[in-house]
Amino acid sequence: MLDVSEIQTIEHDVLVIGAGGAGLRAAIECSAQGLSTGVVSKSLLGKAHTVMAEGGIAAALGNVDARDNWKVHFRDTIRGGKFMNVWRMAELHARQAPDRVRELEEWGAVFDRTKEGLISQRNFGGHRYPRLAHVGDRTGLEMIRSLQDYGVHQGISFHMECTALELLKDGDRIAGVLCYWRETGRFVVFRCKAVILATGGGGKAWSITSNSWEYTGDGIAMAYDAGAELMDLEFTQFHPTGMVWPPSVRGTLVTEGVRGDGGILLNNKGERFMFNYISERFATETAATVEEAARWLDGDKTARRPPELLTRDEVARAITTEVNAGRGSPHGGVFLDIASRRPAEFIKRKLPSMYHQFKELAEVDITKEAMEVGPTLHYFMGGVRVDADTQSSSVPGLFACGECAAGLHGANRLGGNSLSDLIVFGKLAGEGAAQYLRGSKTPVKAPDEHVVSSVRRATEILRRDTGTNPYLLHEQLEKLMSRYVGIVRTKVELEKGIEELQALKVSARDVRAPGASQYNPGWHEALALRSLLITSEAVARAALMREESRGAHTRLDFPGERPEWLAYNVVSKKGRDGQMSVEKVARPKAPEHLAAVANAKIEDLESGLVGAGIDGKG
Amino acid sequence: MTKRTFRVWRGDKSGGEFATFEEDVESGMVVLDVLHRIQARQASDLALRWNCKAGKCGSCSMEINGRPRLSCMTRMNMYGENETITVQPLKTFPLIKDLVTDVQWNYVQNKRIRPFKPRPRDADGQHRMYQEDVDRVQEFRKCIECFLCQDVCHVLRDRDAKDRFVGPRFMIRLASLEMHPLDTDDRVPEIRKEFGSGMCNITRCCTEVCPEHINITDNGIIPLKERVVDRYYDPVAWVGRKIFGDKKPT
Repeated sequence: MLDVSEIQTIEHDVLVIGAGGAGLRAAIECSAQGLSTGVVSKSLLGKAHTVMAEGGIAAALGNVDARDNWKVHFRDTIRGGKFMNVWRMAELHARQAPDRVRELEEWGAVFDRTKEGLISQRNFGGHRYPRLAHVGDRTGLEMIRSLQDYGVHQGISFHMECTALELLKDGDRIAGVLCYWRETGRFVVFRCKAVILATGGGGKAWSITSNSWEYTGDGIAMAYDAGAELMDLEFTQFHPTGMVWPPSVRGTLVTEGVRGDGGILLNNKGERFMFNYISERFATETAATVEEAARWLDGDKTARRPPELLTRDEVARAITTEVNAGRGSPHGGVFLDIASRRPAEFIKRKLPSMYHQFKELAEVDITKEAMEVGPTLHYFMGGVRVDADTQSSSVPGLFACGECAAGLHGANRLGGNSLSDLIVFGKLAGEGAAQYLRGSKTPVKAPDEHVVSSVRRATEILRRDTGTNPYLLHEQLEKLMSRYVGIVRTKVELEKGIEELQALKVSARDVRAPGASQYNPGWHEALALRSLLITSEAVARAALMREESRGAHTRLDFPGERPEWLAYNVVSKKGRDGQMSVEKVARPKAPEHLAAVANAKIEDLESGLVGAGIDGKG
Repeated sequence: MTKRTFRVWRGDKSGGEFATFEEDVESGMVVLDVLHRIQARQASDLALRWNCKAGKCGSCSMEINGRPRLSCMTRMNMYGENETITVQPLKTFPLIKDLVTDVQWNYVQNKRIRPFKPRPRDADGQHRMYQEDVDRVQEFRKCIECFLCQDVCHVLRDRDAKDRFVGPRFMIRLASLEMHPLDTDDRVPEIRKEFGSGMCNITRCCTEVCPEHINITDNGIIPLKERVVDRYYDPVAWVGRKIFGDKKPT
């Protein structure tokens, strides 16, 4: 019989799970609030998924185009999200992003500069003005390194290569987290009253994805198991431009910055097809002709944006349509051309990692040839349902921020709004946890039985003589999700997917990973399957419930947005019977002053006819 | 598809040996893809680190046919059709298991470097820096901390002088602070004393293996050495320091 007293124990006021941009920013805030703060990360510090972000951080600094301000950013975010965003989150985000970016600079980040010496900003899909603070195409690296180098001096305890398995509760409240050290395979219990999840999404459930191995939906699954509500999981973003060749890098991201800096999309007939896919919502703000798009690229402020910079959901759907109609590239994508648009020197300076990525992995010189690209699972708009101002989940003491939290992006995220999400809501989650701890004086203690049963379930995987191979099971899951819960969905396929998921859950019960527990990737893979399966099921069930096509969620059997569905979020949680319960939950009405801004004509917003006088509020 | 032979180091700090694997290799694959296949099909507990698989995170460093490389950026078609691929862990750091080494020492060095200390903002709340003044700093900040330069540095690898030299990675981190237009801290004394700039004998091995093509030696370490020399070995400055004290030149 396992004795819990033999398991290592570490105490903190708050434990942050995840060390990407959101986790690091949350931890810095917790520490600044005087809390004893720990961070656990599955990888080494500085390797989290944030490091892969390329294009930039969206913030209405107005350095390149002085017409920009938080209200225009807010309006772009809401329209890009197809009005499904949590209004207050979109407001907080647009208002606070500029200060968070300047703070990064104060902590050592070195962004590309304007001629005047200010932080430069680039164009991106769905953003009306050049808005993304960036460093070439390696902005995520700059963010994570700046937070890391600042964070290590803030008295935070970093526990690297430590995986969280289970949230522990005392009654309703959070009381700790059970984790294991990857290096030794030993278990550790963190005892803490507050936990901030910053674990990212679950893209590793699909075979073609831009996500790294860490993206197994851990936070979403742990929160679900602890009784928290999940929201909006049907909205999974397929980034329009992933690499399609060679097969081993299929899905690897090609930054939207390529299009922001002038790149165009072509089909195999050489047609610039995006002009055929301009939806009504964006028609008045998008260039109607190649000629107008060319003027925009030359800096003509009266010209409208090229259709390649429509929002990601629209571009991804257009590419899928072209490929399905037989107008795709040799390896099943379309062509992304910047070589004919910009000089080689410009491309190498603004998109250096794209240049190297294609040169080294695909033997393509992007200053001379077009790239082949196609949609890749990139981002979860949905996740843990949180309160906008505090990032608190429905479980007392449990907070979530960044990609694993739902609400800011609605049905579709704009490029660049993710990095800003991390730092805005990372900080707010830290404040939220501090506020919670100030009001929570009674001690908590996690029940030993919970620790014992979880440890036993984990170690059984190592001891089985026969069982399923976790790598192959993961591969089966990826195929299933790509086939039945892909970019275009139907009732029949989703139901089939859910049915097959039940069968996979059964085989996952006797998954086997032989060898010692010390740094055993087979065992790590087996332990991650549980999170992947819960997350996948939540996505599939939410996608089945939402009978409309909105943003990143496309239902072939329910085309177009249905106004009645705008009134609901799909919320899932663990039912009393242990099964996943999914329901339509009415959304709160939009605050009038925010709705006015989102619905305003852009001219009226810019002239101050709409939205004047709300700058100081909130 | 062809069958290829891989010799992979298996073991932990108590010892180990090369294990031989035959695995299918398809067009376009990199070494990391083949290692993943070996994990999935033959050795599920083969330990290795990786994350982004696009050369952006610096996790999958290892020694491939004797050369330190990112395995995600090492294409199989670089090697001869019948060439055996030998994969070993980084030699400079203690082994944990198989291809995974204990790189904790690097994180300790990073923490020894005093944080960025910016000058106050301009009156309008902005920091102003010009692109030409930050180009060099941005070059250093491309570093993805793969530690290949640390692995290949003679001072760390052959002489094991980790107590006297922080290695090329942290020399360029120091350079990125020392050359940062906004930083106000005087870092020259510790670059010489604490971090051992004099230990580097400019063989440029670090520059050669850098996957980010950072010119570590010529653009980073040599200018730091020059700043140290100007400060400590320039006779005029030496007299000045005796009279006016050890201040940062303005």
